Amino acid sequence: MNGPMLIDRRRVLAGGGALIVSFSLSDAFAEDQAAQPPKPPGSLATAPYLDAWIGVDADGGITVFTGKAEIGQGFKTAFQQIAAEELDVPFAALRVVTADTKRTANEGYTSGSNSMKYSGTAIQNAAAQVRELLIAEAAQRLNLSSETLKTENGAVIAPDGRRLSYGDLVAGDMLHVQAQPKSRLKDPATYRVMGQSVPRVDIPAKVTGGAAYVQDMRLPGMVHARVVRPPSYGARLLECDSSAIEKLPGVVKVIRNGNFLAVVASKEFQSVKAMRALAAATKWQEEPGLPKQDDLPETLLGLPSNDSVIFERGNPSASAPTTFEATYTRPYQSHGSIGPSCAIAQLVDDGMTVWTHTQGVYPDRQGIAEMLRVPPANVRLIHVEGSGCYGHNGADDAAADAALIARELPGVPVRVQWMREQEHGWEPFGPAMVTKLKASLDDGGSISSWNFEVWSNTHSMRPGGAGSMLAAQHMAQPIAVPAPKPIPLPEGGGDRNAIPIYNFPNAHVVHHFIPAMPVRVSAMRALGAYHNVFSIESFMDELAALADADAVEFRLKHLDDPRGRAVIEKAAQAFGWRKGQKTPPDRGFGFAFARYKNLAAYCAIASEVEVNRETGRVRLVRAVAAVDSGQVVNPDGLINQIEGAILQSMSWTLYEAVTFDDTRITSIDWQTYPILRFDAVPEKIDVHIINRPGLPFLGSGETGQGPAAASIANALANATGKRLRDLPLTRKKIKDAIDA
Amino acid sequence: MMILKVNGHDHQIDAAADTPLLYVLRDDLKLNAAKFGCGLGQCGACTVIVDGKAVLSCVTPLLLLEGKQVTTLEGLGTIERPAPIQRAFMEEQAAQCGYCIAGMMMRAQALLQRNPKPTDAQIKAELMPNLCRCGTHMRIVRAVHRAARLMDTAELSSTTRSTAQGSVR
Repeated sequence: MNGPMLIDRRRVLAGGGALIVSFSLSDAFAEDQAAQPPKPPGSLATAPYLDAWIGVDADGGITVFTGKAEIGQGFKTAFQQIAAEELDVPFAALRVVTADTKRTANEGYTSGSNSMKYSGTAIQNAAAQVRELLIAEAAQRLNLSSETLKTENGAVIAPDGRRLSYGDLVAGDMLHVQAQPKSRLKDPATYRVMGQSVPRVDIPAKVTGGAAYVQDMRLPGMVHARVVRPPSYGARLLECDSSAIEKLPGVVKVIRNGNFLAVVASKEFQSVKAMRALAAATKWQEEPGLPKQDDLPETLLGLPSNDSVIFERGNPSASAPTTFEATYTRPYQSHGSIGPSCAIAQLVDDGMTVWTHTQGVYPDRQGIAEMLRVPPANVRLIHVEGSGCYGHNGADDAAADAALIARELPGVPVRVQWMREQEHGWEPFGPAMVTKLKASLDDGGSISSWNFEVWSNTHSMRPGGAGSMLAAQHMAQPIAVPAPKPIPLPEGGGDRNAIPIYNFPNAHVVHHFIPAMPVRVSAMRALGAYHNVFSIESFMDELAALADADAVEFRLKHLDDPRGRAVIEKAAQAFGWRKGQKTPPDRGFGFAFARYKNLAAYCAIASEVEVNRETGRVRLVRAVAAVDSGQVVNPDGLINQIEGAILQSMSWTLYEAVTFDDTRITSIDWQTYPILRFDAVPEKIDVHIINRPGLPFLGSGETGQGPAAASIANALANATGKRLRDLPLTRKKIKDAIDA
Repeated sequence: MMILKVNGHDHQIDAAADTPLLYVLRDDLKLNAAKFGCGLGQCGACTVIVDGKAVLSCVTPLLLLEGKQVTTLEGLGTIERPAPIQRAFMEEQAAQCGYCIAGMMMRAQALLQRNPKPTDAQIKAELMPNLCRCGTHMRIVRAVHRAARLMDTAELSSTTRSTAQGSVR
């Protein structure tokens, strides 16, 4: 396709409120890049030493290092497959070490479906180059040409059958060399491990009660801490008489540092009881400051924004016979991890070690060091799995809590476990958003002009500095919350996937970045792409209906990208989509498509829903997805991600909104923040993978969120004849629309 | 001090009588499977079996368990010798983050003990108290069906089986 013009918004967002246009065309950008010396691919560009990725012990044991965090996506298994394939060693002979500031490369955050793209690519190339080095070493020792040697089962084999194992070959700093820009990668046609649905390495422990999570760690002498959080944002602790609490059974210490309050006890339930008693002994001053929930879209539209045109093509104000407008909204939504956040910290001499399920050990280390006012080198963060996070949940805050408490108890490992109401009440939510769309159709039923505007907060308030962490905000000498920044395109934050992938001749896209954050927000799976794709793909259906066109045909008519067309055609065919199809009574079919971030995986989803017209209850009956994520490493792992994306997005789309009054968050548990339960589970979900052998890994963790939402919304409109544009599409809204 | 029967063994427990079973399992007995999810009986992550019934251990105080048999996921099988329900969840690769899975398995186990051949609808109805946030529901239902088949086979044959392998499509 004629690629959308990608704009460097880092230069754009200087002025507040003003509409600033600044283009840097992708071709010109590519020319700039060509002048740079070539860098090795993936995260090797920033961590080029091979031994940062692959370690070979003298006994032949091989360790793969990744700076990314396994958060339930299964990439630990995929990385092991990649390394086994390129190194020519058995899968089981490897082990993978994940994010640890002492042992692994700094790969920033595990986010944006980027783990395969950056870490997977680095491991693939590092493994291939290590194999080349081992072959070269063997060639020298055997006095043979490298070309005559092959590798097999962790050894280099000579034509006469002599074997030199990798463990024998590796010596000294042999692997401490910088990666070359190009690697001799295996021909995908010869893959034996990559492309196979190898069972996940972490599942056996998880289904037999093994220690699998940070919550399961028990260090010698470990004590249990609970934090008493303020009742609302900005609340100040006026009084706290902790004398009685200090005498409760098992209580080791009560810690007060400004508005940060915690209690430590020997046993876990003692700390829970002490936390409750301590909370009852406090008096807080609260300030009402939350917006009116019912007016949320109006509130957002009324806040000051930094506005930038992020895409322009042709003349978007060109007149056409049919023009249509619509507004779509999304509330604040919760990550809703099943396991509340947890961390363990221990101060030994000057060194603070924190075991955490953060997505970013290095940025978190920086934040915690700043909070403790110590050099980052004195702080080590080790990633240990937690409950699935789906973005920036309470993980980083719990890590900071643990460090702040452990500082008061030198030598003692301190485990902090958040309570349910703390996770629900204090996690940074997925931001509320508003989109306004306007488009015109020409006489041939094609979209002649397209206008898209999105209003949103930032989609990342992740640490880096301590000011993003609750403990640092609440302590006596607080660290201010840093000024929010938009995430630059092409990935984008609130404007992620705001630029249409379709080939509209005239188009105009504006990002209204809202700095003020009345509610604590940060990254939630797919960021702005969830709502932007919901909006674009709902609107495409509305336009298709106006053009009297089939929804699938209408999309294909406006799309050149062959890989995008392929997933649309595959999903439609596998679903049994037919032009002019008739649905059974009270049922509807819906279709949606997106390429995540316009640069990652392609995903198309067709859905069938059933609506109860009496109650307004809607049920997803079945969904069929087609996905192109480039070269597939573990097909079942990819299918698992897409199935999960569809069900989680269905839950967001049909049920979920954070609630609040003028002062407090009121959705603080599963009663007040209901999510999908088993009665709403569909009959069938089919995921079809279009594999692209040898093409780059595109990642798959987030590609399904937007298409799943729009596909369900479109099916609902098809079933009822009523279009709902305000998320979530609740039973009551559906019922009201049917009755209207 | 009271005696608590867990996974066929008697344990002397030194904890306050109002301590929820979950904390006794995790803190006193160092068992990992039952998870803290909400402490409110809303999510099922803490589910264990007490006298054959699925119970939310986070809201069941120790004092109610005198003389009862508690079974946790650890009591069903091991990583080397997994029980049918464990094999089934491995073979279906029925986990993403996996945090909810132990609770799901215990509730499913209790169902299969009283209804060896449940329908889809019965499985879904039974699992209503348990939440999964990753969206692994389709696989969980499939794994319960598979466990039912494996249990059926296990009754016919008492020979030892090889360790489970995950499914490869």
